[in-house]
Amino acid sequence: MPNTAIVIESSELLQTITHAKNSLGFTLLLDITAIDNLNKTHPSSTRFELVYILRHADFKETLIYKVAVADETVGVQSISSLFSSADWAEREVYDQYGINFINHPMLKRVLNHMQFEGHPLRKDYEITKGQQCTNAQDLMDEMKPLLKKRNLDLNKGDLMVVNLGPSHPASHGTIRTLVALEGETIVAAATEIGYLHRGFEKSCENHNYNQIIPYTDRLNYCSAVMNNIAFAKTVEDMMDITLPERGIYIRIIVGELSRVIDHLVCLAAGLLDMGGQTNYWYLYNPRDNAYDFLSKLTGARLTNSYMRIGGMTHDLYDGWEADLRDVLTKIDFGITESLKMIAHNRIFNDRLQNISVVSAKQAIDYCFTGPNLRASGVAYDLRFAKPYYGYETFDFDMVIGSVGDTYDRMMVRFDEMNESLKIIRQAIKRIPDGEINVNDKRIIMPAKSSVYGGIEGMMNHFMLVIEGVKVPKGEYYGAFEAANGELGFYIVSDGSGTPYKVKVRPPSFYHIAAYPKIIENYQVADAILTLGSLNIIAGEMDR
Amino acid sequence: MDVSNTHLLDEAVVTTTIDAVINWGREASLWPFVFGTACCAIEFMSTAASRYDISRFGAEVLRFSPRHADLLVVAGTISYKQAPILKQIYDQMPEPKWVIAVGACASTGGFYDNYTTLQGIDEIVPVDVYVAGCPPRPEAIIDAILDIQRQLKREKCFEVRNTEFKGKLDDA
Repeated sequence: MPNTAIVIESSELLQTITHAKNSLGFTLLLDITAIDNLNKTHPSSTRFELVYILRHADFKETLIYKVAVADETVGVQSISSLFSSADWAEREVYDQYGINFINHPMLKRVLNHMQFEGHPLRKDYEITKGQQCTNAQDLMDEMKPLLKKRNLDLNKGDLMVVNLGPSHPASHGTIRTLVALEGETIVAAATEIGYLHRGFEKSCENHNYNQIIPYTDRLNYCSAVMNNIAFAKTVEDMMDITLPERGIYIRIIVGELSRVIDHLVCLAAGLLDMGGQTNYWYLYNPRDNAYDFLSKLTGARLTNSYMRIGGMTHDLYDGWEADLRDVLTKIDFGITESLKMIAHNRIFNDRLQNISVVSAKQAIDYCFTGPNLRASGVAYDLRFAKPYYGYETFDFDMVIGSVGDTYDRMMVRFDEMNESLKIIRQAIKRIPDGEINVNDKRIIMPAKSSVYGGIEGMMNHFMLVIEGVKVPKGEYYGAFEAANGELGFYIVSDGSGTPYKVKVRPPSFYHIAAYPKIIENYQVADAILTLGSLNIIAGEMDR
Repeated sequence: MDVSNTHLLDEAVVTTTIDAVINWGREASLWPFVFGTACCAIEFMSTAASRYDISRFGAEVLRFSPRHADLLVVAGTISYKQAPILKQIYDQMPEPKWVIAVGACASTGGFYDNYTTLQGIDEIVPVDVYVAGCPPRPEAIIDAILDIQRQLKREKCFEVRNTEFKGKLDDA
């Protein structure tokens, strides 16, 4: 079950990871995080350990390295020279844990504000200790080196520095990009995130596994159920349990429906940004129909919290099939009508094609995943590379782009929706009868009749509520193909009902890290569409 | 004009107060600035889309410059990092202005009782209507707009509101 980490010395870190990248073929750096061992019952040799998660170029295998950090103020060698994605990943570790990275180009906070003192994910940082922020940073510390590299001088010529955001209609949330403009053209850009940092990881350390489900809803709130499933599946993998067939099918159906509505909102908003308001109505209205189905099924439109560890809250309702088929027809109609307006539309094509091109090599270096990576022509989809839930038995295709421009990123999403609809239709036909939850009293709540009718059921219920589902001691990285890409959870369990640590591997975090680089040399109006096509969701980016 | 001949004016003139006239106009022409940060912003999109359609209540002219708006809709979690920006936006809005806190996070911090989340925007700016829900349904957001409309009808139209308010960032 657990994918065991390889422990290496901090002195050989750079060498080992260089070897893993160049000789073993682990070309994707998925994530870097740290563990604070302060509260562990059996303390390790050092207080802090770093965790590096890499993925192989064939996309099947992951490799996890663990490094003990002897002195966090000295830290370890930065690997940002090897992977572009390491740049922000290391900044986050520094921000949250206060571990130094030697030779990092710009080691500064990324999620918390600049007036913040201390490092919140350290175990001795109190969860409720908030710190007021009175000023925004000017970001010139990042902008100046960029301009210097390009031999540009702010005081000479026509250079103008402008803030795009944090409050901007097209930033889809609060993201700030400081751009240096020469006329309409962006010559340098620096992005600041963290405005929606709401302490997901710290909250996880203070709640039991089932209580975390509502928090996962709010990671990527455009496809909330998918985050539920990804988290529940990771914990289930740690416990080595598998859902009954019907449960798996329900997860596939609502999961793929979430992928569709996620893409719908991305495309609706993206097209709205370029003035295609009619597309917004055609694409957004079927989303409301999907909400109707989801609220009938789960009780909530947006943040469904439908999943539980070991299953879900309840079975599908009577007549769900007709409702769902109706939703699918409406989505089909919306996609068709929208495509009629844009597929051969000169304005649409001219504004999107060859804009912010990301080559396959760059995309891997930035650690793009999901539709953004596939748009660059890399055939990576976890549902194909390492199928779970029997995805290999469904008839559907992986959608791949060829150029990696804004156009491809949008069109890949259009086609992916059709593929997901195909999966849902097959699943509706094949869904078996039977149980939806695992049959285990230590995991699933007993029936209400036995809670109110007998002492055993009552005790069972009480223990599950108070102590939570117990997860065996260990560390595990679980990956899931979410709407935006590889959504991973790195969970450290100490055997109790509350995780010792949870780290999300959010796809949007790595997409936005590349954003200031890929908008360079394009116009401001292009940058807006590029942001829309990357589908940055602040909830999972900032957590 | 000879006002002694009042019967001529019966049909053409309605007497009222200046407050009633101006508030009548304001009521049906609220211009919202949506400070959308998180999940609630997605539900606001639904509110603005054709099914729920806030233009039925005269509040569809969404402005993205605070200087054009008189209704601040804070839809989503506000972190400490975000607070100065929210404050600046509120300050940039001309009087008269109203504020709706949409959802649990904007109202109280919601279930993000932690180091990074502001425990309710009323620590920073004065709030007129709080909307419960995580996120609230579009009907609840529309209800909040109707609430603002009801409130503003009772107000003195030339008075500057909330002069007493002192938020946590006001001293800075």
